[in-house]
Amino acid sequence: MLRNYISFRKAVAGYLGWWLFWIFVQTLVLHRLGLSWQIALTDAAISNLLLALVGIATENTYRFYNPGAGNRIQRLLYAITLSFAYIYALQFVLAKVFEQNLNYLQFLDNSLPLRYMIALLMIALMTVTSWLFYFMKEQYENTQRKEEAEKLVREAELSALRLQLQPHFLFNSLNSISALAGSKPEEARKMIQQLSDFLRGTLKKDEQQLVQLSDELAHLQLYLEIEKVRFGHRLSTQINCDEAALTKLLPSLLLQPLVENAIKFGLYDTIENITIGITAKAEGKSLHIQISNPFDASTSRPKTGLGFGLNSVQRRLQLIYSRQDLLQLEQKENTFTATLIIPQLA
Amino acid sequence: MIKAILIDDEPLARSIIKEYLQGFPEIEVMDECNNGFEGVKAIQQHQPELLFLDVQMPKINGFEMLELLEYTPAVIFTTAFDEYAIKAFETHAIDYLLKPFSKERFSKAVQKWLSGRTQSTSTAQVQNLNDTNFNHADEQHRIVVKNGSNIKIIPVQEVNYIEAYDDYVKIFTKDAHHLKKKTMNYFEKVLSASDFLRVHRSYIVQLSQITRIEPFEKNNHIALLKSGAKIPLSRNGYLKLKEVLGI
Repeated sequence: MLRNYISFRKAVAGYLGWWLFWIFVQTLVLHRLGLSWQIALTDAAISNLLLALVGIATENTYRFYNPGAGNRIQRLLYAITLSFAYIYALQFVLAKVFEQNLNYLQFLDNSLPLRYMIALLMIALMTVTSWLFYFMKEQYENTQRKEEAEKLVREAELSALRLQLQPHFLFNSLNSISALAGSKPEEARKMIQQLSDFLRGTLKKDEQQLVQLSDELAHLQLYLEIEKVRFGHRLSTQINCDEAALTKLLPSLLLQPLVENAIKFGLYDTIENITIGITAKAEGKSLHIQISNPFDASTSRPKTGLGFGLNSVQRRLQLIYSRQDLLQLEQKENTFTATLIIPQLA
Repeated sequence: MIKAILIDDEPLARSIIKEYLQGFPEIEVMDECNNGFEGVKAIQQHQPELLFLDVQMPKINGFEMLELLEYTPAVIFTTAFDEYAIKAFETHAIDYLLKPFSKERFSKAVQKWLSGRTQSTSTAQVQNLNDTNFNHADEQHRIVVKNGSNIKIIPVQEVNYIEAYDDYVKIFTKDAHHLKKKTMNYFEKVLSASDFLRVHRSYIVQLSQITRIEPFEKNNHIALLKSGAKIPLSRNGYLKLKEVLGI
């Protein structure tokens, strides 16, 4: 791909050099064929400069109109027509310049077919070069556009995932607050505080930003506190965390949807009291986090896909780490476990 | 005294209803339930006139619980989900309260029921409700049934076939069958069309259970299931089945 366009100045110099070279070659050849140096040089200069003009015209045509890869016949016709035009122009100019020189005019007449062939080749070469150049350029621009678009889509997707506020969580929490406001206003106030802190944390965070596990756990704690006000009679949590794991990095807000899923699954799939387990360990170059919840294997509704929470986590991991295998799910007996592996890049 | 029962898996959600109900001394809360199982039992025991019912609850949701009742009390749904409103009114719901709701909104719902309580719903209206019942029904992944006091959740892939049985249907699984008060048309609507087919006025079969199709008497066919059951096919059912199986 044309990563950098050749600068305009360089292109002009190269083009001139190309034609000077051919002027030089043609002069030598014509001199060999018996023309004097002066006549040979004049002939060569005029022929090649005229060709150079044709080349510039061709290049201009392709700059504004690219017939596409398929249209070969059109390009060929273009080259043949231009070559004819060129030969007539050349004959006219040279005949004018050497009006008196009958020998030369005879020579010119004889050499026209050969000149025509050379011109045709040259013009065909320039046509193809111009076409190729603009074709590649277009391709390059297309790729750039596509990359740009992909980047935008990715950013949009990330922010959409971030804005997946859980409306039911919010409304049910507000309902709890409403209930507490009558009987226990102090607790209502506390819950409003927790809910606000939690929501602020959700809105503020940049999804691509990496945070320490300890920060993520603190945010998670707010969420768990609120859920315990709602389901305290049934819900308990058990968090086990390595000292070393606490400073490891992970994308922000990654755990909360998994824990939310575990709570929902656990609370709605059984009628007993449930314990949600969260374990984090630093293992080699990565951080391993396990989130487990009980479920009832005998009546569990058939799972179609991952469900939104798990899907969004998987998608995010894929966007950030370009890997599909960082979230693993396992159902064993009556426990559902989600295992996260977060590579530590630094 | 009007008997009422509260069914919601969040204690605080029940407590706010109790608080609001203090404005209606004629209504007495007989019981509070954490889930549909407790709900079914409590309703059997107390025979309440009025239910306050959450939709999303452990194991079976509010709608599934209603299906298990021998009679349907008046129901006021209380939920944070607004997507069930249409379905709620297609059952016998009096009102649908979105959490969190105000005392005024709550009182309006109860008041509406209290004032309309004496005149019963006209037969035509009930009929209408039953007809529309399944028009908006979502595809179902499970069927909740009750044998005595035993509540069972059957994933639909365990259903071999369904047979019409007067006002009921018989749902046949590998080792049992269950009665449920629903229509064949209902199940034809809510079971996935790619897995189930109505092969006869009185039969719906899970396609993957069919092992063979055999001629039966003159011009008739039956389908043999893995369980050994023989299901009669109507002429139309036989044609549909051939088309679906691509034979």
